[in-house]
Amino acid sequence: MEKDPNNILDEVTQGEYKYGFYSDIEMETAPMGLSEDTIRYISAKKNEPDWLLQYRLDAYQKWLSMTEPTWAHIHHPPINYQEIIFYAAPKKKKEYSSIDEIDPELIETFNKLGISLEEQKRLTGVAVDAVIDSVSVKTTFSETLEKQGIIFCSFSEAVQKVPDLVKQYLGTVVPTHDNFYAALNSAVFSDGSFCYIPKGVRCPIELSTYFRINAANTGQFERTLIIGDEGSYVSYMEGCTAPMRDENQLHAAIVEIIALKDAEVKYSTVQNWYPGNKKGEGGIYNFVTKRGICKGNNSKISWTQVETGSAITWKYPSVVLLGDNSVGEFYSVAVTNNYQQADTGSKMIHLGRNTKSTIISKGISAGHSSNSYRGLVKMTKRAENSRNFSQCDSLLLGDKCGAHTFPYIKTENKTSIVEHEATTSKISDDQLFYCNQRGISTESAIGLIVNGYAREVLKQLPMEFAVEAQKLLSISLEGSVG
Amino acid sequence: MLSIKNLRVSINGKEILRGINLEVRPGEVHAIMGPNGTGKSTLASVIAGRDIYDITEGEILFKGKNLLDMAIEERASEGIFLGFQYPVEIPGVSITNFMRTAVNEQRKYRGLDPMPANEFLAKMEEKKQLLEIQAKLANRSVNEGFSGGEKKKNEIFQMAMLEPSLAILDETDSGLDIDALKIVAAGVNKLRKADNAFLVITHYQRLLEYIVPDIVHVLYDGRIVRSGGKELAVELEEKGYEWIKAEIA
Repeated sequence: MEKDPNNILDEVTQGEYKYGFYSDIEMETAPMGLSEDTIRYISAKKNEPDWLLQYRLDAYQKWLSMTEPTWAHIHHPPINYQEIIFYAAPKKKKEYSSIDEIDPELIETFNKLGISLEEQKRLTGVAVDAVIDSVSVKTTFSETLEKQGIIFCSFSEAVQKVPDLVKQYLGTVVPTHDNFYAALNSAVFSDGSFCYIPKGVRCPIELSTYFRINAANTGQFERTLIIGDEGSYVSYMEGCTAPMRDENQLHAAIVEIIALKDAEVKYSTVQNWYPGNKKGEGGIYNFVTKRGICKGNNSKISWTQVETGSAITWKYPSVVLLGDNSVGEFYSVAVTNNYQQADTGSKMIHLGRNTKSTIISKGISAGHSSNSYRGLVKMTKRAENSRNFSQCDSLLLGDKCGAHTFPYIKTENKTSIVEHEATTSKISDDQLFYCNQRGISTESAIGLIVNGYAREVLKQLPMEFAVEAQKLLSISLEGSVG
Repeated sequence: MLSIKNLRVSINGKEILRGINLEVRPGEVHAIMGPNGTGKSTLASVIAGRDIYDITEGEILFKGKNLLDMAIEERASEGIFLGFQYPVEIPGVSITNFMRTAVNEQRKYRGLDPMPANEFLAKMEEKKQLLEIQAKLANRSVNEGFSGGEKKKNEIFQMAMLEPSLAILDETDSGLDIDALKIVAAGVNKLRKADNAFLVITHYQRLLEYIVPDIVHVLYDGRIVRSGGKELAVELEEKGYEWIKAEIA
């Protein structure tokens, strides 16, 4: 009569990775392994100024003296950094001015991902800076943005175009020695996005970038720098999917955000790197450092993330609240399935007075996966009358997965208030029966309940992303969809 | 429409229903009354397909099909609706979204395309007006933070949206004040048609003043011990269940 609920859970949580394909594009790669020569090769390829080469070399020296962190609730075999290709770029013919000039294979890849570089993006108000492997291929709408003085381009382009801005802010939020992976990124970062919103400008469109790993054995080291000048506003979206590979691939990105006085930066991301197969083989190792600083008074930085991919996610988007009355927000949904491991959360460092932060974290675990929230809320002596509210919820599907919460709270003054709430729940049989009785299949019911559970976070996403994210949550947990 | 023959049901080895026979025809409203713990809710759950019971004997046919072979959602799509005694909360899922999913999954089962959004919203509006439900209800999460009365109204609203052939209302009157009871009953009466049927499960006669049944059954100790017209409900109310117990002893 009825299927065994445990079997249904097994079925719906074993969906194959929908974006597992590999496109065959001519690549130009650095020699395998990491040395000063590799770094010089990358820097020369990108025609970088000497200060940037020195920055990389300095980071490399620091990295050599550091060791991988072991405090996270994750396990993986040791990574051999000498077996990684640190730079790969599609072979460059010339600058692209029209879509016809772009490798048809590449266009096909984008189409499979549902990314359109066509003019229809204009209708939806999205400018796309598409990054495949390491080199930014095409930027749309930059002209529209240029008129307002907004700079939105690949990181390498920014190094050539606005070197002073890059030099002024690079590494000011995440210093080269911040952590092992940050040092590695600082030494070998390939490309990424750069965004500068001038004083008083409200960016008229959502800025979006799609990242994608595409070459075997190529680690990806993205570098993103976003600067919101005084009184500006920008909503920036980043999303990614990766093709199916057998070997583990390392991904160590850095995102730095600087919000000056009265500025607001909203950063949204959907992360869907290849999670590995049902047995836990393959998949991306995602060690990311994302941090923003509310540098000026009354500034605001908001992180929203939907994490469904990667074999391992190690990621703590944080905000340093330096300016008085500044606001930091972190909204997260992290889904782990099969043998995925996620150790993710946020840090809110309150330095200014009357600063406010919010952390909403929703973990969803299925299969044999492990899902941990790790967060730090720090109220320094100077951060009088500051507030934090943290809510960390875990939803378990099945009985072989794990959810963990590691909140750290430090308060050094007596006028600040820190609140922390945490819950762990399961989808109840009563909920499933109720949905089934209305004609809703168990698979759809789980999708519905999970999306409802994550709604508080999903509603923070820009509309077009929210729809995509909802689908992704269902796909990540279902077998039949798509 | 619904035909139950010699249905015997146990849970954890304990027999709850001991040979139920029941015939429900289109257009009829049946009331099932009885003291607490006699198997009324079990009967409702078994018809809907809840799988925590052992069906040891008997059959349930619905429109000629063997209901016991069908999954819960298939029964629902065939036209069986259960108004729950204790509706569960589904946090973060709006009633609109929940109903749209339910309506479209049922349509899919029947080989129909999803209902166009504008048509669906118009239907929501129509049913809300029919049942005098406030507009804001539809944007709230399913049953989350609802009062007892709101939960029951929401059940009736869902019934109106799904237009079942057979609606089973399990103790819909429990926890309702008289005003809420009247609204719920008025809603049910508006939805009565020649081609649908209702199975109203209740402990008290009160609800039956507003939803007038064609046939009243008394369920006691896992059996239907007496059936009759609506006057049976009144008699029960006057004499109490002790009367039935004495009668059958």
